[in-house]
Amino acid sequence: MTTPTTTAADNPAPREAGSAVLDASGVTMRFGGLTAVRDVNLTVRPGEIVGLIGPNGAGKTTFFNCLTGLYIPTEGTVSYKGTVLPHRSHLVTQAGIARTFQNIRLFANMTVLENVLVGRHTRTHEGLFSALVRGPGFRRAERHSEDRAMELLRFTGLADKRDHLARNLPYGEQRKLEIARALASEPGLLLLDEPTAGMTAVETTATRELVLAIREQGTAVLVIEHDMRFIFNLCDRVAVLVQGQKLVEGTPDIVQNDDRVIAAYLGTPFEGEPGEAEAAEVRAAEEAEARAAEEGGIRAAEEGGIRAAEETEAATTSQSAQADQPADAPEGKAD
Amino acid sequence: MTTHHTDTSAHTAPATPAHHSPTVRGPLPLGADPHTSRRNGRVLVGAGALLAFVSTMLPWTWTAEFPGDLTIALYPAGLQLLTLVAAVLTAALLLASAGVRGLRWLTPGGKHSALLLMALASLAVTWYTAGAIAVELGGLVNLEPGMWIGAAGTLLAVIGALALPADLAPETGDDAREPAPWARLTHALKAPSPGRPAPLPDWAEILVICASCALGLYVFAYGIEADGGPPFIGFLMLSAFAFPALHRTGLPRRLTALTAKHRGVTLAATFAAALLFPITQSNEAYTNIAVSVLIFATVALGLNMVVGLAGILDLGYVAFLGVGAYTAALVSGAETSSLGIHVPFWAAVLIGAAVALVFGLVIGFPSLRLHGDYLAIVTLGFGEIFRISVQNLDGDSGPNITNGPNGIPNIPDLELFGFNLGEPHTLLGFELGRFANYYLLMLLFTAIVVTIFRRSDNSRIGRAWIAIREDETAARAMGVNAFRLKLMAFALGATLAGMAGTVLAHVEFSVNPESYKFVHTAPPNSAFLLIAVILGGMGTVSGPLIGAALLYLIPAKLQFMADYQLLLFGIALVLLMRFRPEGLIADRRKQLEFHETGQLDVPDATAQTTPGLPGIGKTEA
Repeated sequence: MTTPTTTAADNPAPREAGSAVLDASGVTMRFGGLTAVRDVNLTVRPGEIVGLIGPNGAGKTTFFNCLTGLYIPTEGTVSYKGTVLPHRSHLVTQAGIARTFQNIRLFANMTVLENVLVGRHTRTHEGLFSALVRGPGFRRAERHSEDRAMELLRFTGLADKRDHLARNLPYGEQRKLEIARALASEPGLLLLDEPTAGMTAVETTATRELVLAIREQGTAVLVIEHDMRFIFNLCDRVAVLVQGQKLVEGTPDIVQNDDRVIAAYLGTPFEGEPGEAEAAEVRAAEEAEARAAEEGGIRAAEEGGIRAAEETEAATTSQSAQADQPADAPEGKAD
Repeated sequence: MTTHHTDTSAHTAPATPAHHSPTVRGPLPLGADPHTSRRNGRVLVGAGALLAFVSTMLPWTWTAEFPGDLTIALYPAGLQLLTLVAAVLTAALLLASAGVRGLRWLTPGGKHSALLLMALASLAVTWYTAGAIAVELGGLVNLEPGMWIGAAGTLLAVIGALALPADLAPETGDDAREPAPWARLTHALKAPSPGRPAPLPDWAEILVICASCALGLYVFAYGIEADGGPPFIGFLMLSAFAFPALHRTGLPRRLTALTAKHRGVTLAATFAAALLFPITQSNEAYTNIAVSVLIFATVALGLNMVVGLAGILDLGYVAFLGVGAYTAALVSGAETSSLGIHVPFWAAVLIGAAVALVFGLVIGFPSLRLHGDYLAIVTLGFGEIFRISVQNLDGDSGPNITNGPNGIPNIPDLELFGFNLGEPHTLLGFELGRFANYYLLMLLFTAIVVTIFRRSDNSRIGRAWIAIREDETAARAMGVNAFRLKLMAFALGATLAGMAGTVLAHVEFSVNPESYKFVHTAPPNSAFLLIAVILGGMGTVSGPLIGAALLYLIPAKLQFMADYQLLLFGIALVLLMRFRPEGLIADRRKQLEFHETGQLDVPDATAQTTPGLPGIGKTEA
């Protein structure tokens, strides 16, 4: 199941700094007395896939909303390819940042094709008057938009569902359609908010392939996700957000071995407890393989992220780690 | 009727596996095994339809005092005609469901469900007539034998239809328990959707569309001409059962597929039918109603753009109609006009539309920052502000612009190209009166609004409107400037209403603040406009037109129950929301929304049949 070949090894090295697609500096978001995001800096360079992880309530989605103009950050600026972005979400999209939503927000009662066509809104300019007159320019633009939308539907594998209502699609395809709709605005940076939440292992793999294909087409991607295996297999860089602040940023290797990240997800060990007992326990558990796998699964379901880090390790060290563990529990629903 | 029971439906409708199950029995079986029950049922329906047909040739009552004169033998009139139509249709559906060659095209979808509803239609009309005669003339003694034969015949037909097996196999599959009678009845009324039609040559399809338009024109003209009271109620009852019956047969869905294929032809044919309407009318009173219906329908269509496409709940829409009407009244040379100028009609239309546009922008700019209920309340407020301002601009409490509660009377008739629209003209041998002239003028405006609606709906702007209606946040995240587009929809809607208002002022001779209330017992008012949109079907072109026609005709025809009108509309709306939430005419999107087509279950099969389903495959074929 797990193919260790597509890890960080064959991802292209981060390109030279300075030509950042996205540059968020000092972004702070306060809601009254609550500081949801505190002084976060983040850059995304062209062709990069950057992951943003953090426990529930860490402020990931709030940060996303600040980037896309849905929220006006209390402090700090966001710039796209060197231009500071205005705080209006349609202008942000026009500038070249498209996003998906954590809880799918398709236009439920429009067809699949129409959803993607709405995504083309900023890249077409036919106004009401030209719609009423229906000149040749209008027809050409409509045809071009439709061709482009169909291309995207084929790209995401939804072409044969073009006339279905978005609400009637299965869950996984709704996620794909949201990505197709976002891509329709021809973005330079795609923001994905938990693209694999609630997906099966097969669908998650397909989503990873899709994101990699999007990168191949030259679009940088910033992705929020709870599925650690997904993140660490996919991203060039990962930033960890804890309680509104950026804790660590670096390659997946650095991040998944960082003590502070583990502490943020699991808490620190008891004071005075040397941890020897725990380590011994873990070793003992690993020896009894079948039981260990099962226990690991249960723990993971309870404890969230660290499980995935273990799994990745296990996958790279021992091939025998079988992947019939419970599918990733949709724990990150209420962020 | 027939003893030959091979299932012919399998050839015409491959998508309906219903008839194969021999265990399906009707809600009221006549006979031990399904085959006997079916045979007996068919015999009864046939006999009943024949009796009903014969009865319409006999007198139903002895005096011509009852509206429509039902006293003459071999001359069906008034309500008898309705029973006659119902009986003939019942017989036709019976023959079609029995698989008689040449009539099978009648029932591509449901067979027995349509038959049952049609039998119910004839029962409703006939028994209502009997009741109405007995009540109006005082006693059952006033019924002639013909009436009794008709009543018995229609009852027989219904009993027979109830014995026929349901169109669909029982949902529970091989459940040993018999479902409750009520459940069996509702099940018997369900019909499968029609399969893919055999391809017709283009000319035949166009002919079918034209024939349908002619039929529509005839039904509308009949309804508008029917006397208020029993004949009109009978017409309503027949329609209330016959249209669902027609829907069960699957013919309307076939027709929808055809009209989707030949859009231009459909529009032209509909327009031609509407154009021919005044020629069919000899009485000015009916064309008067027709022009009012047309104005009301046009304004409802404008509101549909605001409510149905952009999702802005505007409860003060009638104010824009008022703006247009008042503007036209002020600049068209009425004696009491405070401006005292008389501009040509085209200028009045432009000025009216422009003033309404300005009002739309002025009202929309602040209020469209609100959402949902708040926006609805604010628009309601602005609507009332318009009416009260107009009432107060009378020289006492403000400058004299609108003449206050007296309004502006005596608006002169229009003169276009040397024709005075106030005088009758003879066109191709047909005499067109004042209202017929205005009807034709208004038809032009309706056509403009229909074109604007259709073209903006199916464009980048229209898609953005619908996206805003669906999810404004997501729409903005997709790059849609929501505020600007909502303002555009609001202002465009206002402009169209203002344009219609300019004609309204001339048709009605006068303008008066009382006509532009939020709610009133007669159209047009904001509440009725909204009801017309919801009743007809949001986001469609034909929906508001039909909804508005019904909403205008019913109060106009049923004067005697004016006191209960609003109550009845309320009940009708509740029932509609329960049983057909998408409105009478379903938007192709809404159709998918409220009645799941099983896309989730069988995606592959649906993908294949998509072009066959009406309205979905809009760009195909």
